[in-house]
Amino acid sequence: MTTQSFRNAEGGLIDRATPLDFTFDGKAFQGFAGDTLASALVANGVRLVGRSFKYHRPRGLIGAGVEDPCGLVRLGAGDRAEPNTRATLTELFAGLTADSQNRWPSLKWDASALTGLAGRLFPAGFYYKTFISPQVLWPTYEKIIRAMAGMGTCPEGPDPDVYDDRFAHADLLVVGAGPAGLAAALAAGRLGQRVILAEQDMRLGGDLLAANRSIDGRPALDWVADTVAELEALPDVTLLPRTTVFGYHDHNLLAAVERVTDHLPHAPAGLPRQRHWKIRAGRVVLATGAIERPLVFADNDRPGVMLASAARAYVNRWAARPGTRAVVVTNNDDGYRSALDLQAGGIEIAALLDTRPEGGGALAQMARDAGLSPRHGMAVARALGGHAVTGAEITALSGGGATETVDCDLIAVSGGWAPTLHLHSQARGKATYDESLTAFVPTDPKQAHESVGAAAGDLTLAGALAAGSRAGGDDTLAPPADDHPAAPIQALWQVPKPPSGKGKRFVDIQDDVTAEDVALAHREGYESVEHLKRYTTLGMGTDQGKTSNVNGLAIMAGLRGQTIPAVGTTTFRPPFTPVTMGTFAGREAGHHFAPIRRTPLHARHDALGAVFQTAGLWLRARYYPLEGETMAEAVAREASHVRRIGGMVDVSTLGKIDIQGPDAADLLNRFYVNGFKALPVGKCRYGLMLREDGIVLDDGTTTRIGDTHYYMTTTTANAVTVMRNLELYLQVHWPDLDVSVASVSDQWAGVALAGPRARDLLARVADIDVSNDAFPFLAYREGAVAGIPARLFRISYSGELAYEIHVPSDFAPALWDALLEHGADLDIRPYGTEAMSTLRIEKGHMVIGTEIDGRTTADDLGMGRMVSTKKPFIGHVLKDRPGLTEGGRKQLVGLVPVDKRTPIPETCQIVKPGVVTGRDPVPIEGHVTAGTFSPSVGHPIALALVKDGRARLGETLHAVSPTTRVRVPVTVTSPVFVDPEGERLHA
Amino acid sequence: MLLIPCPWCGPRPQTDFTYGGDGTVVRPAEDAPQAAWADFVFVRDNPMGPHRELWHHSAGCRRWLVVERDTVTHDITGSFKPGEVPS
Repeated sequence: MTTQSFRNAEGGLIDRATPLDFTFDGKAFQGFAGDTLASALVANGVRLVGRSFKYHRPRGLIGAGVEDPCGLVRLGAGDRAEPNTRATLTELFAGLTADSQNRWPSLKWDASALTGLAGRLFPAGFYYKTFISPQVLWPTYEKIIRAMAGMGTCPEGPDPDVYDDRFAHADLLVVGAGPAGLAAALAAGRLGQRVILAEQDMRLGGDLLAANRSIDGRPALDWVADTVAELEALPDVTLLPRTTVFGYHDHNLLAAVERVTDHLPHAPAGLPRQRHWKIRAGRVVLATGAIERPLVFADNDRPGVMLASAARAYVNRWAARPGTRAVVVTNNDDGYRSALDLQAGGIEIAALLDTRPEGGGALAQMARDAGLSPRHGMAVARALGGHAVTGAEITALSGGGATETVDCDLIAVSGGWAPTLHLHSQARGKATYDESLTAFVPTDPKQAHESVGAAAGDLTLAGALAAGSRAGGDDTLAPPADDHPAAPIQALWQVPKPPSGKGKRFVDIQDDVTAEDVALAHREGYESVEHLKRYTTLGMGTDQGKTSNVNGLAIMAGLRGQTIPAVGTTTFRPPFTPVTMGTFAGREAGHHFAPIRRTPLHARHDALGAVFQTAGLWLRARYYPLEGETMAEAVAREASHVRRIGGMVDVSTLGKIDIQGPDAADLLNRFYVNGFKALPVGKCRYGLMLREDGIVLDDGTTTRIGDTHYYMTTTTANAVTVMRNLELYLQVHWPDLDVSVASVSDQWAGVALAGPRARDLLARVADIDVSNDAFPFLAYREGAVAGIPARLFRISYSGELAYEIHVPSDFAPALWDALLEHGADLDIRPYGTEAMSTLRIEKGHMVIGTEIDGRTTADDLGMGRMVSTKKPFIGHVLKDRPGLTEGGRKQLVGLVPVDKRTPIPETCQIVKPGVVTGRDPVPIEGHVTAGTFSPSVGHPIALALVKDGRARLGETLHAVSPTTRVRVPVTVTSPVFVDPEGERLHA
Repeated sequence: MLLIPCPWCGPRPQTDFTYGGDGTVVRPAEDAPQAAWADFVFVRDNPMGPHRELWHHSAGCRRWLVVERDTVTHDITGSFKPGEVPS
């Protein structure tokens, strides 16, 4: 166990009475409750935390919070491992295990870095020029690059954790619980508003947690404690710590992730790991603070080079010293505050460099009073050391190039503060460059949101408190604070290379983009910020350039001789910080990815040993295998049984629509291509529907069950579409029609009874006369079946003597049982959708998706004669457009293998004999839509759409599938293989 | 995700609705020439700015409505019952 030798004995928001054991790269360490993984590593003197993306350079912590680009670790192990987790945002818990990334064989001795291989492989734009040719070698290159670059490795198995969704509404959503956010929430909360305050940190307080500040003459943390206590007591205020608002979407919908149990060693039962909040807010206050910028100088990525604000955060909040002897370099007054805090925390200030030639405000004077001697016009030219900083080469910026070396193990840099305007920008707000801040500030919000405090560019504490209060609705609340008048910042975008020319000057430390890469992009013409980003990867990666964007585009602006606002910024997009995939998936994963619809007879099928298949969201009984039977055997048996004896099949998935009203017949007449006005009560009619463009949409039967009352069935696939269309035309296009429609798909279940013995069975169970004369083909009757009120239809999909029996869904199992029971001695058995498919192929009946495929016309499908010429209907004009009426269209035909043996797979294209399939375009005559073994004709058959097919009956063609190397000589036939006269149907 | 004001139900999330296409096209008379029908089915303006479109409150009241939405900002400036759309 390593002791916490860099931990101060006092101070900080940690609980020294609660030590927590953890491991990093397998080595055991100890931290305290209140630590992040990063602060615990700092307290233990761990400097080296990772290897860089491209160059595999040693990297340490640069930030202390969301801005940190390099402290990315793999947390946990096995199927719970999570790569690319920020150490700075990971709350320490007992038993935490973390591993560094992007290194082999070890963090300290990395092979790629030792050989310098990576440095030669990855200049800016390397993807675009290094590996262009030969093309065949790309897979090899890719393997090498993927192994060397990339960030971390995936978990080993499926995510075992549970994630939740939560929808919420608020009058006011406050993002960020620093001084401005707390003030806003307090003001609005006191006014009785519904407030949600979301804070990514484990603790509310924001920057005040890491600063020695005072509010109203008291320590700022006291004000935080009082404010949080009052907010907690307000009934309509919801406080969400550990919650990152990562997306700002249309109409004030914001997405957030709450880390519910990530910080607990063992998640309590019943709690999700994370919760995905979708918050619709009346107003949003963005109190997201600001992020300090690093300075660009040689080897500014060495472990021990750290943002000054981060160094003071480690000291103030966690009593952890990121070094023992520091060089502080700043271009603004805030660097002095950091130097003072580091000194107070027990770190020796070896040098305090102010890049400005002179001046400094009140804080500079306080530093001098504290015995520090700021050196003006000076900067760090190069950091010395490898795995850790050992010194700084410092230089005067006024020229001359002379350097001196200062021994140190910490270089704290402050390049000024940039408002965190990501969410503002996601909401399409503009960013305007502010010279006095040398940063972009949010302007011109497009939605109901307001940025306050540092997020708006006001870096004073009193200003943040005032703006927050005002945004919350009460500007009388703002207390005074201890701000000091500041001298202007200096715009310093890069420190010149040291005279030795040594070292890389990193702009984007996570993505290994240097000032030289930006210059290279400029030389090669990639001058726009969007090109710069894509060519160099500047601002990409898991941190999306939080510390690098402004420096990068400022350097580009300098090269182009333009101002920063003229160069502009790239667009910020969600998410603000990476979100694990499980959070988006929520509960809708695996089995729950989509809802499952089961018919009212599902349990019956299950009890009969059915094999199910999915059809859209439905689960349908596909076949009922006997012991030892293959699917093909079972299907052939079931289909043959229907033709010889009889069977019953669940057709409950059909769309069913109740249509009532004086104009119902007119509506149907306008929807179907064939006439419905003359349909008498008690009769069914098959109908075909087109789309407005003249292509077939759907087919089904509609029955007139009363004078102004119809019952429509649609295909299973189009149940939703047809219903929506009926509503569209009735509400929008034909509001004058007096008709009501209602979907009754779920209210009615259906069983089709088919085969030579169907009538015998129905006669036993129905209380109506089922003789052919009394109940002929296409008739409709109402009656009781086994005592159940039923709608009976003499219609047939199988081509056999058949009935559909529809009953209220709750009665479906009783109907099924009665049919099975009374049909037992008749040997009537259930059959599945696969046998139903065989039966329909034998009859040349069409199916949505294969024959009715969104491209075929009524004539293509052989239904041209059904189409009325005497009335308008949907699609009646455009069905006659030239493209649909010219010759050469594919028409529905049947196919029979010439050898009467070889199956015709459904994947086949159809070509003329002798046509060779290869690399060249192949003249295609058509394609197979459905194939099966027909037990009725005793050999394989298929349906196909073939060019001018009806004129080619008897012709021999080849069904081919180059991918499966199938070539079957076939004869073109009529699509009706069984009972073309329909005698069985009418029996 | 948009917040769509349904004229019957009030503001509801976009997930309640199904998009129904351009709300400005008018179905031609049944005896209109083929070209008019081709325009109705195939030809659409692609305006940058305010636009009227059909939406179906499919997981709500099952009513069709006309929504006036800015295609650039997604701001919704009105929603109307069919037949009550101001010109």
